[in-house]
Amino acid sequence: MTFNVKNIISIADLADKDILTILDRADKMERLARGGKQSRLLEGRILATLFYEPSTRTRLSFESAMLRLGGSTVSVAQVGSSSVAKGESLADTIRTVESYSDIIVLRHPQEGAAQWAAEVASVPIINAGDGAGRHPTQTLLDLATIRKSQGKLEGLNVAVLGDLRFGRTVHSLSYAITRFTDKLYCVAPEGLELPPEIVMDLQGQDKEVIQTGDLQGILPNLDVLYVTRIQKERFPSPADYERVRGQYVIDLSLLEHAKPTLDILHPLPRVDEIAPAVDKTPHARYFTQVFNGLVVRMAVLDLLMEAQKA
Amino acid sequence: MTPKASEGSRELSVQKIKDGTVIDHISAGYALAVLQILGITGREGDILLVAMNMHSKRLDKKDLIKIEGRELTTEEINRIALVAPKATINIIRSFKVHHKQRIKIPDEIEGIVNCANPSCITNNERGITSSFTVTQRNPVTLRCTYCKQITSHNQIIDQLLGKS
Ligand SMILES: [Zn+2]
Repeated sequence: MTFNVKNIISIADLADKDILTILDRADKMERLARGGKQSRLLEGRILATLFYEPSTRTRLSFESAMLRLGGSTVSVAQVGSSSVAKGESLADTIRTVESYSDIIVLRHPQEGAAQWAAEVASVPIINAGDGAGRHPTQTLLDLATIRKSQGKLEGLNVAVLGDLRFGRTVHSLSYAITRFTDKLYCVAPEGLELPPEIVMDLQGQDKEVIQTGDLQGILPNLDVLYVTRIQKERFPSPADYERVRGQYVIDLSLLEHAKPTLDILHPLPRVDEIAPAVDKTPHARYFTQVFNGLVVRMAVLDLLMEAQKA
Repeated sequence: MTPKASEGSRELSVQKIKDGTVIDHISAGYALAVLQILGITGREGDILLVAMNMHSKRLDKKDLIKIEGRELTTEEINRIALVAPKATINIIRSFKVHHKQRIKIPDEIEGIVNCANPSCITNNERGITSSFTVTQRNPVTLRCTYCKQITSHNQIIDQLLGKS
């Protein structure tokens, strides 16, 4: 197994085998992630988190991952308001920050920023969101959650539900999961369907895209149901929103039709797409996603540092 | 007489130039865009011949430009390529074709146009050059290396003509 990846910029840049290598390493990180014995894997290494827009959950997850591996972190949490970057180009900021660190996690509002940073930097760059909605560790943690629970990725019946048009975690996941499966179920309110170019891309790769409004009809087939939030702002009137919202609430009566092994994922935070009563069922995976985010980020940090040494 | 020669002789009926450039096989209707890209107004005082929507063997219809007193640079030829991907360039010296240059659209393009996506890093950062892969050659369509968004043929032309 060789992992020749220098930066994590987008899932599309990763080969299937690289994704599986990350997921395998993530499995090995679980014990360390729960605490107990302190790891010294990345002792003496410094992670810099450089966030041009706030995303506390993501930043904490990366920082915790580094600390669990025995490394240290430095952080520029609000670059806009710090003196590091008053009018300074991203390239200059990267060159400054890399002198203090061995690896940089970047979140930036402009599309393509992480790739530009990677061209400039001599240390590895991890993209933690770059405006285009590319957020590869989110997709990796979704895949890790699915694989851990189902025991595999191949051949699963996966449905994505909710705002499939604007929900960018869903776009990334749709591309990523269909590398391993041959069909994807899509359930969306009218006007919030998966963008046609993505549907065409997937069909071009001989994937079957099943678009339906009938969640109850497909539910018995499903292994994985990925739920996203439908935002009120996407609708012309509050009445339109209320009408649609009710159709797609996941509750216990709906789940009577589900396989006992169905996994429900949600990138959080949720509002009321999933009834709280579902939390206690074995279907609920959304809280373990947070933990899987930690182990996946540990795996990515460890593999990138290892690849750099080699 | 072969069709090619007859096509040639029809072109000869247009006045020859002594020194300069002939741009042939421009996509029909794009001659004026090519002139604008080159910054030629016709008020330079040199001979300028523009023929549009002519019959052509290679293209269905084509435009043709003859510019006296100016040899195009490689950079200028690359700009034209984005508008008229099938154009051929003949550099003329002493009424003779000194050399021909077929436009070749590279697989990757750096600079020349900007990414059409306003929130792309290339439109917001100093010291970065726009960079594209060519996803379609005729008409030319570009995909940004950074944000992966498409810059369409119309957007390319609008930029080169200074409309955006
Ligand atoms: Zn771009």
